[in-house]
This record gives sequence, structure tokens and C-alpha cells, in this order.
Amino acid sequence: MTRYLGVDAISIALAVSLFGMVAAVLGVRRNSDRLIQASFAAMYTTFALLTVATVAMVYGLVTHDFSISYVSQVGSRSTPLFYTVISLWGALEGSILFWAWVLAMYGAAVVWLNRRHPGPLIPYTAATMLAVSIFFGILLRGPANPFREVFPVPLDGPGPNPLLQNHPLMGVHPPLLYLGYVGLTVPFAFAVGASLSGQLGSSEWLRLSRRWTLVSWMFLTAAIIAGMWWSYEVLGWGGYWAWDPVENASFMPWLTATAFLHSAILQERRGMLKLWNLNLIVATFVLTILGTFLTRSGVLSSVHAFTTGTIGYYFLAFIAVVILFAFALVAGNTESLRTRGNLDAVLSRDTIFLLNNLFLTAFTFTVLLGTLYPLVAEAIRGVKVSVGAPFFNKMTLPLCASLLFLMGVGPALPWRRATTEQAKRKLTLPTISAVVVAIISIALGTRAPYAVLAFAFGAFALTANLGEYALAVNARRRTHPESYLLALARLIRGNQRRYGGYLAHIGVVITAVAIAASSAFRSEYDATVRPGQVMNAGSFDVRLDQLWARDEPHRTVVGATLTILRGGQPVGEMQPRTNFYASQEDPVPTPAVRSRPAGDLYINLMAFAEDGSSATLRVIVEPLVPWIWFGGGVICMGALVSMLPGARRRREAEMPQLEEVPEYAA
Amino acid sequence: MNWKRASIAAAAGVPLIALLGFGLTRDPKVIPSPLPGREAPDFALRVFAPGDTASAPDATTASALADTIRLAALRGEVVVLNFWASWCAGCGVEHQALVSVARRYEGQGVRFVGVLYNDTLEPALRWIRRMGGQNYPSLQDDGSRTAIDYGLYGVPETFIIGPDGRVAYKHAGPVTEQLLIEKIEALRSAGTAPAAGS
Amino acid sequence: MTMRTPATGRPERTGLSSGLGWIGRALLLIVLVTSVVMLCAPRAQGQDAAVSPPGTNPELDAQVRKLSAELRCPVCQGLSLADSPSELSQEMKSVVRAQLAAGKSPDEVKAYFVGRYGEWILLEPKARGWNVLVYALPLLLVLAGLAGVFFLARRWTLAGAGSRE
Repeated sequence: MTRYLGVDAISIALAVSLFGMVAAVLGVRRNSDRLIQASFAAMYTTFALLTVATVAMVYGLVTHDFSISYVSQVGSRSTPLFYTVISLWGALEGSILFWAWVLAMYGAAVVWLNRRHPGPLIPYTAATMLAVSIFFGILLRGPANPFREVFPVPLDGPGPNPLLQNHPLMGVHPPLLYLGYVGLTVPFAFAVGASLSGQLGSSEWLRLSRRWTLVSWMFLTAAIIAGMWWSYEVLGWGGYWAWDPVENASFMPWLTATAFLHSAILQERRGMLKLWNLNLIVATFVLTILGTFLTRSGVLSSVHAFTTGTIGYYFLAFIAVVILFAFALVAGNTESLRTRGNLDAVLSRDTIFLLNNLFLTAFTFTVLLGTLYPLVAEAIRGVKVSVGAPFFNKMTLPLCASLLFLMGVGPALPWRRATTEQAKRKLTLPTISAVVVAIISIALGTRAPYAVLAFAFGAFALTANLGEYALAVNARRRTHPESYLLALARLIRGNQRRYGGYLAHIGVVITAVAIAASSAFRSEYDATVRPGQVMNAGSFDVRLDQLWARDEPHRTVVGATLTILRGGQPVGEMQPRTNFYASQEDPVPTPAVRSRPAGDLYINLMAFAEDGSSATLRVIVEPLVPWIWFGGGVICMGALVSMLPGARRRREAEMPQLEEVPEYAA
Repeated sequence: MNWKRASIAAAAGVPLIALLGFGLTRDPKVIPSPLPGREAPDFALRVFAPGDTASAPDATTASALADTIRLAALRGEVVVLNFWASWCAGCGVEHQALVSVARRYEGQGVRFVGVLYNDTLEPALRWIRRMGGQNYPSLQDDGSRTAIDYGLYGVPETFIIGPDGRVAYKHAGPVTEQLLIEKIEALRSAGTAPAAGS
Repeated sequence: MTMRTPATGRPERTGLSSGLGWIGRALLLIVLVTSVVMLCAPRAQGQDAAVSPPGTNPELDAQVRKLSAELRCPVCQGLSLADSPSELSQEMKSVVRAQLAAGKSPDEVKAYFVGRYGEWILLEPKARGWNVLVYALPLLLVLAGLAGVFFLARRWTLAGAGSRE
């Protein structure tokens, strides 16, 4: 019953999307408002139908309807309800369904919010969103059909992948990732829409694209941070970023989207970089699809890779279409978009934005090259090589340092033109703080050069961005009799985009410094101890009190109860565990993490004697790690401040309507 | 739209697509070993299961039977070196194939040797009994030194070493009778001539 | 166009190099000093207490740590021996330690593992042959980009100055 509901909803959604796409194109060509309205309705209907299919799947999971192939694949009667619900995105087919649903949601939102927008831009944009929806619809009816019938109906299933049912962050990270990833389809759709309607030169679509990019960017940032946190809490090696292909896949579009968020401002202000911005939007979308291809097709090995099947070939076909189309789109419009750049002075925020784009692009390219190089090497040399953390760390460090530096210089310089006097005045304090921090950190024994650089340039950027707040608040208080807090609030409200941006910078600095510190000062201690014995871990001592085991419906848990001592005094208890799932040979660890502002104490139960006589522990002291997550939160806050409706919206409303560019069929 | 430019640019995307398509045909989990064609790393390991043809080995006598097998001493014979563990599912799958091919070539200059990987003796001996015995000796590899010497990725993995002491073939995952016979025959028909790496 | 700056009252010259003086020098100094520190300082990293003979030989510990961070764990995906909690990695790490203790150079130890596992075991491809590409291309991109930005910024500055008069 549920199965048919799901299958039919998907089939109808596919047909409706197809109809909507055709209706949108024909509607513009024939200038028929009814057809255009029909295409909008098709977008809403697609969303409604995919909602039905998604709800049907969740219902099937919750009711353990094992006649549905996906449920029989990831469901189990013993899995707790929460993990049963979130196993919707725990394996290939379900995640494709979820993806399609999010995509339809974005499509419906874009159409709804812009339904009164005149001209062919929105219909063409809707047609593009529907075209992408059609691809996912085909996947859902073909190789990734989650609603296939299973007969005879099994009594129980294996349950979700143990790695994915071990931490509540699995309920947070994937939806955020999809919201971010899929949302980046919207700017691309606007770009295609603008191209088809001959409006690429106008600033209208760019403004819309930037706003939607910002929304997706915020989700993607949150998703990346949540993913780091998840792997830190679950994988048991005490790290949060391994330059795994899947991690890179989420990081690359983030980098290009970050570049676009900056360079779009240059286009808005100066009308320059039109072609470059189109490039960035297209690259961002291509990178999301490329990333999906890499993770869903099993081309590159990865911890997170889904199981494979024929779906790889469907994705290859889709990605081929997207790449060919996207490259053609950019190249075919080069002439109409060629803009004469103009700058008032080399020393200006404008130039810093150009450099920012250069380094972000180089960063993306480095990550892309490193990720794909194993394939290249195999193709041309026939040898399997690895490109891992040492490579990426070494190659991206100078880029990170440069970006931190620019993040300090940019806000300090005014638009258009800065005088050296201005620059000196604004950069004095940041430079002093950078020098002081560098000296202090070297004096305190920091030997890792990347850490010194990160701290120094981090201090530089932090001071510069905080300085912008401080200067503006003080200036405001000179003219308005306000408290500091009120002045700050009004200041932000007066220019949300700018001050949200600075806030995001501050978040990036916090995260970068925390990452540098946690890798430079990380220390590891391994020992095998008997109950009652104490092992030393730097300023901590860890006493094994007891080893225990307990049976849960879906797993067996072995844990160690530890007392943490500091200077001989107990300061807390920790319980690292190892979980044995029936469906998997290797146990899944649940390390214990004790978080304090100064850093984490991270303990993993590596091995234990079956009679409970000893346990092997790895204790890792990880300074400042909680600040990585906190910094991520600050970045998202910054994005939120920038995009919430406020003063800017009002100002825009007062702006005269942009003139319509005469339309011609492309 | 400038269609000429557009099609040139689109053509530039073809290599990338080709690369991804190439990637689809490769399995990232299969990593070729550099060992075939090279001298097989020597080892001298203690026997923990002597591997009698007639009866299953007895756990109580295992330590008494402890003996050492040295690869260099088997020069001149074809050696089938199989890494296994009692916790490994694939090892149960291939066990029958190994045992029956070992029986087929008994006394014909083909030696089968098992090496236990990351396991303890007690469950390993229990496993042999459960599988109905093993008609060739199994060795214990403390600290996995031999496994690392052979570049082991997991179990089961099987190496076939020619009479010249060079690794002729490596197989990851369960082996089949057919595969073993084919590789052994190739080495035997090559006679004493140096085996080519496969 | 001439824009008078409040501070000097004379038209400003464009150009990043002109007279940011000590600020630029200070930041450059940080980079230089850290590079010197990197090159000269003996690589004693924190208080590493490494595995087998715990902390008996901090120099060897540091070497083992560094080397095993560059070797890939065969049974995990993408993790180094240093990071991997797997048993095989632990054993491989003690092979690294044993070989280093026996006087082998880090390169010889790497060569041993490459001989057994193939180039795949190196987390950082050797900069030789085709592999040079993966190091050189990003560098070239940055250099070309810097040159491009500099060139464009100059041209656009002139264009901007010309068009707005």
C-alpha cells in the first residue's frame, strides 16, 4: 500500500516535471501566461508529490514495511525510532529521494517567491530546476528506486549502517548538506534562465543568485562543520578532517560559492567581472554534481561512499550533459559579458576582492586536482597512487595563510580607493597584534610554522574585523547618544550585509586558529591498563575503574569506566565504548569526549581483554577543538545576519525598477 | 550565444568526462601488488597447526608439534601461500578449494602453507576443526610482520610462488579451485624456466 | 581624476608597494621568521609519548610519528598509519619504528613499504615524473593569477582614471 503510494507519487512527479519544463519553455516562446502559470503549478505539484513519496518512505520505515526494498535494506525492528527515521538518508536510494525532495522544495520556493517577477527569467529558471528534477525522477524510477517490491516479505532487516546509527549528528549533518548542496542548483538555474532570456548582462539575476547562494552557503557551512564534528565523535581517530574525497566534494563548492559571494559584490558595485561570476556559479554547480558523482558511483574510495550499482552510468550521463552544457553556456556568452573593468586605485578593497577570488580559485583547483589525481595517474601511468592529508596540508597552507591575511586587509581598506595613510592607520593595530601573537607563540614553544602563521594572521584578521565594528560603533556614538550595545545593534541593522560579512570573517578566524592549534598541540598517549591502574596523559591521569558490557536490542556495547584525575584529584568520569553490531564484522567505537574551552580530552577504547582484565586506551589531548564548532556557528550567524530581511530590503524596495532588457529567443 | 565558441568549450569538457568514465571502470579497492615478478619475501614462522590429512589437528598437541617453516627451504617447489583468519568470512568460502587442490597436488612439488593473520591460536584451531580440517600446515605470524612483508590489505589473500622463489601471482579475496589449478599448472609447465610475473 | 586625501592634501599615488612601510615589513618578517624556525629547529614536537617503548627515545618517537603520518593505512580509507586506530596500522607503525631504530633512513623505510604495497601506500605522491603536475599546476595557477591580477588591476586603474574624467 505504502509502496504503491510512493512509486506512483514519483512517477506522476516525473511526468508533471516533464510537462512543467515544456510548458515553461513554450509559455515564454508563445508569450502565453497560462502556460507559464501551468509550469509554476507543475513545480508546486512536483514538490507536493515528492513530499508524499518522502512521507510514504518515512512511514514505511517507521512501520517496518519490509515489502519496500529500501526498508528491507536499512530497516530493522530493533533500531531505535530516531535512527529509523533518519535512515531515510542513510543509504543510496533514500538519499536520492531526499535529494529530489529538497530540490523540488527549492524549486517551489524560488517560483513562489518570484512568481510576480515579469519576463522570461523565472519561467526559464523553473524549467532548469525541473530539468534537474527530471534527472532525479529518472534515477528514482530506474536504478535508485527505493520502492521496489520485496517478496517474500522478510520479517526483519539488517538495520542501517552502524556508522550511521551511532550519533545523533547523523540526523543533522545530511539534511544540512543537502540543503546546502542542492540549494546551489538555484543560482545555476538563474544563470541558465538569464542566459536563455538574454538577460545575462542585467544585474537582476545576479542579485537573486547571490541571495540564494548565501542561503545555500550557510547550510553548506553548517553541514561541513557538523560533518567534521560527526567524524570526530564517531570515527575514533580523534581527527575531524581527513581530506577524504567526500569531504573534498563538499568543500570545493563551498570555496567557489565563497568566491562568488565576494565577487558578486564587485559586479553589483562596479558592473565588472560579469563573465567571471557566471563562471563561478557554473563551476559551483558542476562541482556539486561532480561531488555527488564521486560519492555515489564508487569511483574513488572513501569512508562515506555509498554502495554502487549501475547508477554510476546514469550520473556519468547527467554529468556529461551538465559539463557540456555549462561549458558551452559560459563560452557562448563571453562576448556579451565582456566588461571593461575599472578600478580607481590598486590600493582598495576592490583589489583585495580580486586576490581573494584568485586564492579561493587556486584553493579549489588544488583540492580538485588532488582529489582526481589518483584517477589521472591510473589513466596515464597505470599506477594507483594516493593523494592524502600530507599533500593537501602542505599545498593549501600558504593559501590559507594568504586568505587569512586578505581577510584582515579587505575590511580595513575602503571601496574604490584607499590612501596609504588610511591603510596605515587601520592596519597598525592588526599588525602589532600579529607581531605580538607571533612572538608570544614562538616564545611559548610553538614550533610548527603553520601554527605560528595561523595565529599571527588570525590575530591580524581578527583585530581588523573587530576594529571595523569598534570604529563604526564609536563613530556612531559620537553622533547618537546610545549605549554600546544599542549602537552595535543599530549599526548592524543599518548595513547587515557588511557587518554580517565581518562576523563571518571572525568565525572563519576562530575556526582556522582552532584547527591550527588542535593539530599543532595535539598529544596522544596509548597504554594498556588493568582495572585500578592509572595511565598518564600530559596534565591528566586516567584511571580504569571497570570494564563492562551490556546488550542492547540492536547491538552489544563494551565500555570502560574511567576516572579522570588532575593533580591527583578526580575531576570527572568518562566512558569510551565499543559497539558490536550483528550486521558488521568490525566494531564501531564511541569515543568519550570531555569538552572544556581550553580543549578536549578524547579517549578511545582501542581493545580490551574479553575477561575484563585489561583495556587498551588511546587518550588524546586536543586543545581548542570546541572552538572549531563555535567558529562554525559564528560563520552561520554572520550569513544569517547578512540575509535576514532588514534595512537592505527596504532600501532595495525604494530603488527604481531595473529596465527590462529586450528579450530574444536564444 | 556564440555557438562556435560554445562548442569548442564543450569539447574541452570531454577529457574530464572521459576521465570520470574511466574511473567508473576501475575499482578503487583493487590495488595491484608490486610483488609479482619479484623475489618472495622470506620468512621463518612457527607451525601452530601441522595439517594432517587424515585427522583434524588437536589443540592440545599443537604446541608440542611446534616447528618452523622457512620459505627459503621450499625453493624448487611451487608454494601456495594463503593468509587467513578465523574471523574472516571469505576464508570459509575458499577453504574447500584450497584443501582439495592441495590434495590433488600432494607429493607433486606443490606446497600449501597457511599463515594466520591478526588472530589468536585457540579460535584459529577451533575454526580448522569446524571447517573439517586443513591438509597443509598453518603458521603463526606474530606482530603481522610477514603479512606486512607481503603487503597484505586484508584476508583472504593468496600468493603463488614459483620454484625460482619469485612471486608469480597474487590474489585478493577467496580463490577458486579453477584459478589455483590454472596458476599452478602454468608454473609447472614453465618447468624450471624463470616464471614471468603475471 | 584627482581625489584629495584629507591626510596629505595631495593626489595619492596608486600602487600597493608605495609606502605601506613597516606594516608590510612586519608581516613579511613573521613569514620569514617562521620559515627560519621551521628550517632550523630540531623537530621535537610537544610531549609525544609514542607507543611501544613509551617515551624512551623522544627523537625516534617524533621520527616515527612523522613518517607514519605519510604512510597510508591499508585497511582504512584515506587515514594515515599515525591516525588509524586499526591493529594492522599499529603493527606497521612498530615496523616503522624497528626499521628506523635499526638505522634505516626515512626514505629507505618508505621504499620498503612501496616495495610491498606499491606507490599507493604513500599519502603524498613522490614529486617525480607525471606526479610533478600535481604540485606544479596549483603553483603555476597562483603565479599566473597573481601576475594576471596585477596586470589587470593596473590596466583597469588606468581605464577607470580615464573614463571618469
